[in-house]
Amino acid sequence: MRARLVLLIVGIAFLALAPLVATAFDQLFYIDLLRRVMIFAIAALSLNLILGYGGMVSFGHAAYLGIGGYAVAILAHHGIHNGFLQLGVAVGASALVALVIGAISIRTSGIYFIMITLAFTQMLYFLGISLDAYGGDDGLRLAARSDLGGLVDLGNSTAFYYLVFAVMIAFLYLIHRIVNSRFGMVIRASNSNEARTRAIGFSPYPYRLAAFVIAGAMCGVAGYLFVNHTAYLTPDFMHWTRSGEIMFMVILGGIGTSVGPILGAFVLLLLEDLLSGMTGFVGQHWQLFIGLFLVLVVLFAKRGLAGLLPGAQRND
Amino acid sequence: MTEPLLDIQGLVKAFGALRATDGVALDVLPGETHAIIGPNGAGKTTLIAQLAGDLRPDAGRIRFAGEDITPLGAAARSHKGLARSFQITSVYREFSALDNVALAVQAHAGHSFRFWRAAQSEEVLHGPARAILDEVGLGSRAQVLAANLAHGEQRQLEIAMVLATRPRLLLLDEPVAGMGADESQRMVQFLGTLKGRQTIVLVEHDMDAVFTLADRISVLVYGRVIATGTPEEIRTNREVRAAYLGEELED
Ligand SMILES: Nc1ncnc2c1ncn2[C@@H]1O[C@H](COP(=O)(O)OP(=O)(O)OP(=O)(O)O)[C@@H](O)[C@H]1O
Ligand SMILES: [Mg+2]
Repeated sequence: MRARLVLLIVGIAFLALAPLVATAFDQLFYIDLLRRVMIFAIAALSLNLILGYGGMVSFGHAAYLGIGGYAVAILAHHGIHNGFLQLGVAVGASALVALVIGAISIRTSGIYFIMITLAFTQMLYFLGISLDAYGGDDGLRLAARSDLGGLVDLGNSTAFYYLVFAVMIAFLYLIHRIVNSRFGMVIRASNSNEARTRAIGFSPYPYRLAAFVIAGAMCGVAGYLFVNHTAYLTPDFMHWTRSGEIMFMVILGGIGTSVGPILGAFVLLLLEDLLSGMTGFVGQHWQLFIGLFLVLVVLFAKRGLAGLLPGAQRND
Repeated sequence: MTEPLLDIQGLVKAFGALRATDGVALDVLPGETHAIIGPNGAGKTTLIAQLAGDLRPDAGRIRFAGEDITPLGAAARSHKGLARSFQITSVYREFSALDNVALAVQAHAGHSFRFWRAAQSEEVLHGPARAILDEVGLGSRAQVLAANLAHGEQRQLEIAMVLATRPRLLLLDEPVAGMGADESQRMVQFLGTLKGRQTIVLVEHDMDAVFTLADRISVLVYGRVIATGTPEEIRTNREVRAAYLGEELED
């Protein structure tokens, strides 16, 4: 418990200081890299709420990354740059879509749940491709980054970094509160033993649906940040491989652990970055090595990387 | 004559060609312990599942406290006052014993759309949960993960969860199954303390437990109730002896 807390603080301190170090050594590239990693950590955190704690294997979480992105890009395309308004639309639209997808998919379970969430996200992906007014297949350059007034200048790489960092920490804490609340106990109980949960008097459906909507809205925030990060939107935001990637982060980091998704995002993306930058055989076939690594973690670390940390325990 | 608390008429449940419940009619009076016995595969668990709302009957009607509850699901029936235990222990293995019971309390303490405050810090949930754990004799094991409890303790825990919903009718499916002689005796003793205060439907193979606890016994064979009566009547019933009790009571 102690050791974990120390590790958490070291991790947070590292991320807090990283931009200063990167600036001092004139390695601004790292600010960009870590910012991207943290945006995916936010997406993975949100997926973990339903996948890890709720047992809902959503294979379509990239949908909300896309909806958050499209909300910003489309509004910007029409000259609306107010970042708060864009955020509201991104979150609202993500929540609404999650409500629709969740309302239908949560009535099913197992492989059907996986397939339905995937199918919905594929529909959204092809919808994105068909939106010729907004770049269709090629995507859309973000006319301007979200304007957050005097609060944060997203054009300033370091300032943007700290915004993403703050959102990630806030979401980490928020999810920690949620999973330990009455609501979270119902979600986790329904995952652990559904028959028992019904027998003591809970109907899991509305709680699962609410969790699904919360996770979708949170991932919408990640989409909002991601499109500002790339300054370019394509339907690939919603590609199924992206959904798979976010799911990998959660599994790699440790399903149903609080910091696991962040750990998973860092290890997966940094490893991708490292291997794909290599020359020779490894560089050419880097996906192979990532795959191998994932297989090993799944086989030998039941609770993912977080399960390897000292004092590993469910839900802390 | 008093109104029955539970009144079952013409209940039928078929799995393909097999009629696991074949026209069951049964009533349970307030305050009584009504045992249901019968050979393996007779349909006892299937009957309990239909009473608890886990299985939907193909035909028939279930009235509880004067109300037709046949269309209600398990969660709604829990709120009407029915609570079941499972033949195969069913607890939350990765939660502590205390959290297991607190969840059952929480299910009956208003809606759970509360997102912020830690449930474990809520005395309104954990106070009653601790009291019930004490009652079933698990007070000292409150913080142990359910998965790490001994089999007999897990069965006790399940009874605690049943009681935590403040039920009007307990549906217990073989509560002493798989227990050692000592444990089983303690469980029977405990269930004896509920007698009179609680109405209980008790499915059990352990005839000592049945004849100690039951006010009335119904015998289920091939999905049909072949006899209902006091323990003495059942013990001496010819048909029952032929179909089931013969070998069990030979000695
Ligand atoms: N879901 C199901 N699908 C098909 N058949 C089932 C199902 N559940 C039970 N059965 C069958 O229905 C019959 C009654 O089963 P049930 O479990 O109710 O018996 P039981 O009296 O509880 O037996 P036991 O004493 O062994 O617990 C059995 O023949 C069983 O195989
Ligand atoms: Mg049975």
